[in-house]
Amino acid sequence: MTRLLWVLVLCIAAPVYAVDAGKAFEDPVMQARYVAITSEVRCVKCQNEAIRDSNSRIATDLRREVRRLLSEGMSDAEIYDYLVARYGEFVLYRPPAKGKTLFIWLAPGFFLLIGGIVVFRIMKRRFAMPLDEKGA
Amino acid sequence: MWRFALPLIGFVILVVIFAKGLELDPQALPSPLTEKPAPPFDLEDLQNPGNRVSSEMLGGKPVLVNVWATWCPPCRAEHDFLLELQREGVTIVGFNWQDDRAAALEWLRVLGDPYVATGFDPQGRAGIDWGVISAPETFLIDANQVIRHKHFGELTREIWERDFAPLMEHSR
Repeated sequence: MTRLLWVLVLCIAAPVYAVDAGKAFEDPVMQARYVAITSEVRCVKCQNEAIRDSNSRIATDLRREVRRLLSEGMSDAEIYDYLVARYGEFVLYRPPAKGKTLFIWLAPGFFLLIGGIVVFRIMKRRFAMPLDEKGA
Repeated sequence: MWRFALPLIGFVILVVIFAKGLELDPQALPSPLTEKPAPPFDLEDLQNPGNRVSSEMLGGKPVLVNVWATWCPPCRAEHDFLLELQREGVTIVGFNWQDDRAAALEWLRVLGDPYVATGFDPQGRAGIDWGVISAPETFLIDANQVIRHKHFGELTREIWERDFAPLMEHSR
């Protein structure tokens, strides 16, 4: 029982590992924008982390930069443009669906469609079979 | 016939795509700054704190901008080659990034100084304008202050001859 309790305590304590735990802004609206932006911007060094979750040098720099731009009164769109101008669209976790990235956006639907057609054809053939041969 | 051929063709296509993918370096991102004017910067001189190292040092001839730090092993690996380039008459401006001044000065004293001057960017603020991801990175700036090429990671003779040397001719 005590052991289980410890496991629970450790689970609850997981946020202790958060990289960027301190509040960037006192104003809750600004803080919410800060959290949203830093969760949408990819750390260009450690590429599968958002800058919010990474403790690499460049992620720390970019968080500081986002904080500065927000306090200077830039809009969210302006901040994204500012970062894209320096690091390219790769810096966005959700790049705009145009040009090269269009394929990536359409690929899941495309593959789902192909899979659907294959499954449909197999099912159709199976249902067309006489009952006693089913599963043979 | 198609029953067997189609999956085989699909398999071969996938193998080719994945084999191609293995050769790609995920860190080597295309920089949106290539072929654009070099972003302005104005940094304190690492060795002479009274002086400035700024984008005014660029232009007139091809110049390399080399981003380095003492905590970065590939920077150590490419250092001797940078000294070679200096001996061959290449102008290199240093961009000391996210580093400690004392350590950086010691590095240049012990290993030699391939730079005409080194800007000190301890917070990495100027690095953001240059789209610096990590050290080392090397930019080739042409006579018109346009970024012609950016290289991520260690610079070697081989990479120099392949990517930089041909551009050097056109950068004058």
